[in-house]
Amino acid sequence: MSTTVEQRPAHKGKEAKAPVSDRTRGERRLGWMLAGPAFVVMLLVTMYPIVQALWDSLYSYRLTAPDDRSFVFLQNYMTVLGDPVFLSALLVTLFITVVTVAVELVIGFALALVMNSVLKTFRGVVRTAILVPYGIITVVSAFAWFYAFDINTGYVNTWFEWLPIIGPDFNWFGQQWSALFVIMASEIWKTTPFISLLLLAGLAQVPGELNEAAKVDGAGWWQRMYKVTLPSMKAAIMVAVVFRALDAFRIFDNVFIMTNGQYGTETLSLLAYRTSITRLEIGLGSAVSVILFLCVLLIAFVAIKVFKVDLAGGKG
Amino acid sequence: MTAKPHRRALRSVAVAAIGAFVLAGCASDDGGPVELTWYINPDNGGQTALAEQCSDASNGAYNISTSLLPRDAASQREQLARRLAAGDKTMDIMSLDPPFVPELAEPGFLATPPADVIERTTKDTLEGPALAAQWEGEYVTVPFFANTQVLFYRKSVAEAAGLDMSQPVTWQQIMDAAETQDKYLGVHGIQGESMTVWVNGLIESAGGSIVQGDAASAEGIQLGLDSEAGDKAAAIIGNIGDKGLGGPGISSQDESAAGVQFRGDKGSFMVNWPFVYPAAVAAAEEGSIDQSVIDDIAWTTWPRVDADTETAPPVGGINLGVGSDSQHQEEAWDAIECIVSPENQSSYMVSDGNPASSSVAYDDPEVQEAFPMSETIRESLDIAVPRPQTPYYNEVSTGIQQTWTPIYDVNENTPKESAEFITSVLNGEAML
Repeated sequence: MSTTVEQRPAHKGKEAKAPVSDRTRGERRLGWMLAGPAFVVMLLVTMYPIVQALWDSLYSYRLTAPDDRSFVFLQNYMTVLGDPVFLSALLVTLFITVVTVAVELVIGFALALVMNSVLKTFRGVVRTAILVPYGIITVVSAFAWFYAFDINTGYVNTWFEWLPIIGPDFNWFGQQWSALFVIMASEIWKTTPFISLLLLAGLAQVPGELNEAAKVDGAGWWQRMYKVTLPSMKAAIMVAVVFRALDAFRIFDNVFIMTNGQYGTETLSLLAYRTSITRLEIGLGSAVSVILFLCVLLIAFVAIKVFKVDLAGGKG
Repeated sequence: MTAKPHRRALRSVAVAAIGAFVLAGCASDDGGPVELTWYINPDNGGQTALAEQCSDASNGAYNISTSLLPRDAASQREQLARRLAAGDKTMDIMSLDPPFVPELAEPGFLATPPADVIERTTKDTLEGPALAAQWEGEYVTVPFFANTQVLFYRKSVAEAAGLDMSQPVTWQQIMDAAETQDKYLGVHGIQGESMTVWVNGLIESAGGSIVQGDAASAEGIQLGLDSEAGDKAAAIIGNIGDKGLGGPGISSQDESAAGVQFRGDKGSFMVNWPFVYPAAVAAAEEGSIDQSVIDDIAWTTWPRVDADTETAPPVGGINLGVGSDSQHQEEAWDAIECIVSPENQSSYMVSDGNPASSSVAYDDPEVQEAFPMSETIRESLDIAVPRPQTPYYNEVSTGIQQTWTPIYDVNENTPKESAEFITSVLNGEAML
């Protein structure tokens, strides 16, 4: 007995430094053992190309002129950053990101509310119907939207002839604004289910008693939405926005299929692809890829630090 | 208890699999036929048939298997360049689009063809395809099939406009005819390779050239865009764009789309590759267009820019090359010699619709029957001029595509602007 009492303060001191119980430590070790191999493999397959891209971006290197490879330090970055093509791709990418995420958030929230409140008998059907677009491969959906709007094969022009501008002679992919409209519409159609799914999880976490209490206090639907529901699911909303923003910023398939970047629809990842794969300019293309990577990091950083998104919020 | 035997079984399966791999890899070394890989562009199966035919004819010397490349020429180039740069040893025979030959020849990715093979395979080759198979005056590939654009027209429209199609016509004449008859001209306004084909054809027809000077180095290239010939090309393209003569879909119209437009109610004149004709015939057989449309279609050589100067029609096609890292170069050249024989070229022309590069192949009665326009094609190929030959073709071509589209924005400043843009791209100062 006395020994345990004497030992206690020492044990307590140890705990204050590292407040980890044996059980937690064991769990952590098990966690590392389970996830460790995958983590190492992931590190290997992601770090190697990233380091290689960083290295290549410092060279003037064209795949078909291997003998002319020369070290140019940051010259590629200066060329890229000072170029109107890059600037235009950056602005288009930002525009697509902001518009699609904003629209998806609104529609996704509405869909989440529908999924959350439909009668139990229809719940499965409604959820499946809403999730279908998300299950379609992006390239396939891009082709479907492309053929629907294409001036030669599309039906949109005849269906919506009664609207101004639209008619059999309207070429959706002939100018920037209309091409971007189709690209973004396709993107929104395809990924709204993802956002609504995340928001549905957030809605499920809103404590029912809070809503009931507010109702008893005479709060209307809007008031309950603003004062109770939205604040309680802030974390879910932010996670949805961050994930979608990171995803939207790297948009490639839709643009590649529908316009291949022509008429001012080029995005950053398409520019990186065209520079390193099509032009075989490994150095310059790597510089674009590194810049794209840094942009994505910046978005994640801003989201986590400025908006304080807790990505590990689910942990007990 | 059960885990161990299970694991042992798994291990023996893995060892057996590796062993099989190794054995398969060695199979060709012990006396059997040499395995050759032929990277082919998609066609109607004609190249695969030729591969079988030539393998059989080799009496067990080699066996050619084909590997399919992507559909469009630009993606084919990407894949071939990446494989060659990485030292792929299976690049025995490659079907190459001519504009990309210099880019692969300059860094030494292509094996030099033996002089005797060149002598035997090119003695009847038409002028256009012969030029397109060379780099810096030397053959680096062997011409296989060739392609050229001709001017298709609707007899009824030409008649109504009072054009005598037995004489060479000019771009101005067909533009006027389309305008007065309220029809569309079949041209290709999409931001793609077809735009470079068009611009190059116009500039060459006007007596100019897109690339001059030392085409082998990025700094040495001089562009002939900002010239009298370039101005004439810009005037023609800009005019068609301005007046909407290409139809409402012109900004995204490629060769196939132009072919579809041409057989519609508004079709009049169209510059295009011969493949659109069999496509139209097939459409008539399916019943989607009337047979009278087919009867109304006729063809002649590409239009002229100046009434008194011979035209310079675009040339395309496929050359065969051998990778410099290929381990069976001798057999590969033998196989190529078999593939490009005039008899095989004519049978390929009949089966796949791609015109031969050898003039002898056109004498085959079967060819003349399947291709009513074969004489026009042969004529056209003999005056055709290839696209700019330079290792930086992709930069030049993409630069033209970006600055000459949409065609309604092309004006007298376009040649100068495009030359400045491409020059700064070549100097590494701007991005595409």
